[in-house]
Amino acid sequence: MNHDDQLRIISALVENKPGVLYRISNLIRRKSFNIESIAVGPAEIPGLARMTFTMFSDHARFDQVMRNIDNLIDVQNIEPLEERNATVRELALVKFSPGAPATRPEIMNLIETFRANIVDISPDTLTVEVSGDSDKINAFVNLTRNFGLKKVARTGTVALAREMITQKVT
Amino acid sequence: MLNLTKMSGAQAVVEALQREGVQAVFGYPGGANMPIYDALYDFQSFQFTPLNEKSFRHVLARHEQSAAHMADGYARASGRTGVCMATSGPGATNLLTGLATAYMDSSPVVAITGQVPSFMIGSDAFQETDIVGMATSVTKYTFQPLRVKDVPYSIKAAFYLATNRRPQPVLVDIPKDVQQGEDEVEFPEHVDFPNYQPLPDPDPMIVKTIARSIMDAKRPVILAGGGVKMANAYHELQAFAELLIAPVVTSFMGKGAFPENHPLSLGCMGMHGSERTNKLIPECDILVVIGSRLSDRTTGKIEKFAPNTKVIHIDADKAEIGKNHKLPVVSLVADAKKALQALTRELEASMVGSERDTWVKRTQEVMVMAKTELDGNGSYLSGTETIRMLRRFLPPKAIVATEVGQHQMWCEQHFQVIEPRTFLSSGGLGTMGFGFPAALGAKVACPDVPVFDIAGDGSFQMTENSLATSIEEDIPVTVVILNNRMLGMVAQWQRFFYNRRYSAVKLGRSPDFVKLAQSYGAEGVRVETLMDLETAVNRAMRSPVTTVIDVPISPEEDVLPMLPPGAGLKEMVVG
Repeated sequence: MNHDDQLRIISALVENKPGVLYRISNLIRRKSFNIESIAVGPAEIPGLARMTFTMFSDHARFDQVMRNIDNLIDVQNIEPLEERNATVRELALVKFSPGAPATRPEIMNLIETFRANIVDISPDTLTVEVSGDSDKINAFVNLTRNFGLKKVARTGTVALAREMITQKVT
Repeated sequence: MLNLTKMSGAQAVVEALQREGVQAVFGYPGGANMPIYDALYDFQSFQFTPLNEKSFRHVLARHEQSAAHMADGYARASGRTGVCMATSGPGATNLLTGLATAYMDSSPVVAITGQVPSFMIGSDAFQETDIVGMATSVTKYTFQPLRVKDVPYSIKAAFYLATNRRPQPVLVDIPKDVQQGEDEVEFPEHVDFPNYQPLPDPDPMIVKTIARSIMDAKRPVILAGGGVKMANAYHELQAFAELLIAPVVTSFMGKGAFPENHPLSLGCMGMHGSERTNKLIPECDILVVIGSRLSDRTTGKIEKFAPNTKVIHIDADKAEIGKNHKLPVVSLVADAKKALQALTRELEASMVGSERDTWVKRTQEVMVMAKTELDGNGSYLSGTETIRMLRRFLPPKAIVATEVGQHQMWCEQHFQVIEPRTFLSSGGLGTMGFGFPAALGAKVACPDVPVFDIAGDGSFQMTENSLATSIEEDIPVTVVILNNRMLGMVAQWQRFFYNRRYSAVKLGRSPDFVKLAQSYGAEGVRVETLMDLETAVNRAMRSPVTTVIDVPISPEEDVLPMLPPGAGLKEMVVG
């Protein structure tokens, strides 16, 4: 670990075709990074996709892997983002089986506090969607562990640069 | 004018290669690339192309790894893209070592592999392998055309990418049904990669900044890497160095970027560079690095590399800036040739006779000191002496390839490279077995030039079956084996770092390389004196067939001086 190790975000605009994700993730693997999260989807321009990667790194190694990714033929452009200069979001689906009916009000309380939504409900289970930065989702998941937490599915971080970083709003 | 022609995918491959001006293809047929070989057969008998160019030559290797090295050697000797071919599965995986070798040394190679039919991909069909996935780490790009129509574009794009910016290998993997299918195809004149444009001209502001730093320096040194050779910037480097009267050192890959008999040449630096050259680097006040990635073998321990020196880093690949040497004071991402031209122009305007004379004098002293004594070694010829004598016997234009190991490092130290593109060696990957097939590829590219492979007995055995190619395809070269019956470099490390515990390094006396050569129809000769060596070399250069010259040397001779791994440039082991 280096003193400036921190979670860093790469946002890459790439050709939307087979093999591109492999090339980038393979490159990151070759440079001995662990990818903390990946999110991929079509971008605003037809034929292009935006990929968001997060990984822990110091500045120097991160800078180098950025240059390497930028060298890839299928990468149109790439920008490094940090939580202070970007809007950063992640979405999670969290499934509970609360068991005793007594716990339900407490779950409902948490759902409200975290501005989460119930998206599926059955006699035994409850599925909730929650979005925010990764810390918020971590907090939600941790707080609900005592209420019959069953499964968590997370999208991984997506991020876009803020246009005016001086006027930070959430 | 729409230029549509009906043909098979395989014919389109051959046609596209021809349109790229390919003169030779090195390959090996098999089940999944048979349609391409069938098209090659056609191609030899009649011309289906409107261009009416001379047909190109297919050279049959005896192992796909050798085919890739041949294409690589062809590229390094000629500056043109080398082409190799293999079938799917083992054919393709055998290419990988060759592609990795070319990748590490930035050599433009296009590899064309057959693949199982597209509808069987993913079914673990016979001889199916995911070569696209496997080759991704050792190529710049891979193509897998899934329609006949896509074949011409893939080949055109592969050639474009292999040479654009930093040269690197590109793979085109073509399923068999795509080779067999027929369609109306069009051959594009141009391909465009908006995300991968040619390098822009050197930024004039950065050029000015660099020029100013150089003008302010009292003790400048130029460090040239393989990038200078790949960019064909030989003359530009010489003009630049002569203008500055600055000494030039090279990395191992840069060996030959600057004529080593030039008064300003200080030879190679690094693990087996000259001791005094290595010691000079931390003394200079500015180091202009051109086309070198500053590998660990070049710099020694990076923290001790040039701690008080301003490093200026010029490279075609922006990912090399700051990778190994973290803090160049100025960096310029540019083609070496254009960068040197721009810098020379800029400096010419402001140069006046300088107080650098003392520095020049110091470097001259270093060069005189660097001439170490020739040493004999008991009853054997010495490896270093043999290499020095070879330089004397070989014409300057002769192309020399090497294998990997002690003989290679003795070449680094004692074989002066004078002419451009005459020294071919696997520096980055260090691939034993590279030299002989690379020599054959070089000979195909430059048939009028004598070509040599300086080898060790260990390395030569990796690809010695290329003797068959050299005889059957009429590609005469000369192999000089410095035969110590050992894996000499590993043995040396065991002597130095493992208390002489020789583990798995003794190769013994087999094979008899003279008889081995003769069994292939090549000339084989053993020499034990320098006079015999000269005779054998002269005979070999006149011989119509390949000659193997076996030179027994001592198993105990070391490559010295040596920079132990992890040591700084001033900490060389001399003896």
